[in-house]
Amino acid sequence: MIYCGVCTLPPEYCEFGGAHKRCKEWLEKNHADMFQKIYPVDGVAAGVSSLSVEKQEEIDRKVQKQVAREEAKAERELAKKLSSKILVKRIERNKRKHIIVVAGLEQIDVEMKKMAKTFASRFATGASVTKSPEGKDEIVIQGDVGEEVEEYLVAYLSKEGLSDIKVELVEDKKRKK
Amino acid sequence: MFKKFTRDDISSRSNIKSSVQRSLRTRFVDQFPNIEEHIDEVVPKKSQLTQVKCQDRLSLYTADGELVFLQQHDDDLIPSLRLVHKLPKDTFPWVRVDRGAIKFILGGANIMCPGLTSAGAEMPVSYEKGQLVAIYAEGKEHALAIGRLEMSTDDITKLNKGIGVTVILFLGDGIWNLGPQI
Ligand SMILES: [Zn+2]
Repeated sequence: MIYCGVCTLPPEYCEFGGAHKRCKEWLEKNHADMFQKIYPVDGVAAGVSSLSVEKQEEIDRKVQKQVAREEAKAERELAKKLSSKILVKRIERNKRKHIIVVAGLEQIDVEMKKMAKTFASRFATGASVTKSPEGKDEIVIQGDVGEEVEEYLVAYLSKEGLSDIKVELVEDKKRKK
Repeated sequence: MFKKFTRDDISSRSNIKSSVQRSLRTRFVDQFPNIEEHIDEVVPKKSQLTQVKCQDRLSLYTADGELVFLQQHDDDLIPSLRLVHKLPKDTFPWVRVDRGAIKFILGGANIMCPGLTSAGAEMPVSYEKGQLVAIYAEGKEHALAIGRLEMSTDDITKLNKGIGVTVILFLGDGIWNLGPQI
């Protein structure tokens, strides 16, 4: 396999690079037979359509536009991913008792009931899946185990390769019923 | 996908265990059965695969410094373009785009359905959504990209609208620009 000594692509793709002129010189000098094959007539690439300069520029603009659109979309998705987090809320139930609510788990592909069970057995307490006022599933854990839950989730996310999702432990005094 | 990839994204290199090497070999053959007769050139029995770990759980696997395949998360193994160039065309499933699509692909865009259905294009075999394909181009001999079908080839023909193939690797992207030796 021969690659262009100038732009590194297979020489048949040199015409799409920015160094086409230098690429051609290199190929003619180093691989004359291949040069003949790729540029059979007067050094013009075979199959190059006789597009006008205007048409060519229009295509270039279209390429740039589409690439920009796709990049913007990818960036938006990344930003969304980075801004996503799982909230571990420590909620005062009465004077000395707290419960822990884990919200935002819908962002990761996780079996809620199974996760609740894991929490229950891990922290030797009760845990269940309930619906938040917004209609999203949350896990409610009895007992003041916010830090343990946070620690577990951080480790879990990193194991799943989701370390870009943040876990935040917050105090939540005013729990809406 | 790896348009802006650079050497700085590499975090570590290590030789992999021979048991892991065997299972990767098996997995690669499972994914691309036609590679079986070439597998000893691709992953020579006596040579050691190196795992080059990068950001975002991307791993590049090299043999004697040359990129063989890469893997992100635990997804399927993606053959490198230089590997595809070394092997016969029918080793990997492939599609061919029309000439007009080349510029878009080399600019880092995905492939729109019309680029796969017009006169210069070809989809010789029916594939399901998610299939990895080598991407060839009208009037060109060598593959210019590796991509994944966003919809089945039948749907690409039928709908002929929207993105048909997401481009994973292309000539001149960050992975390509790491050079023949990583
Ligand atoms: Zn060149």
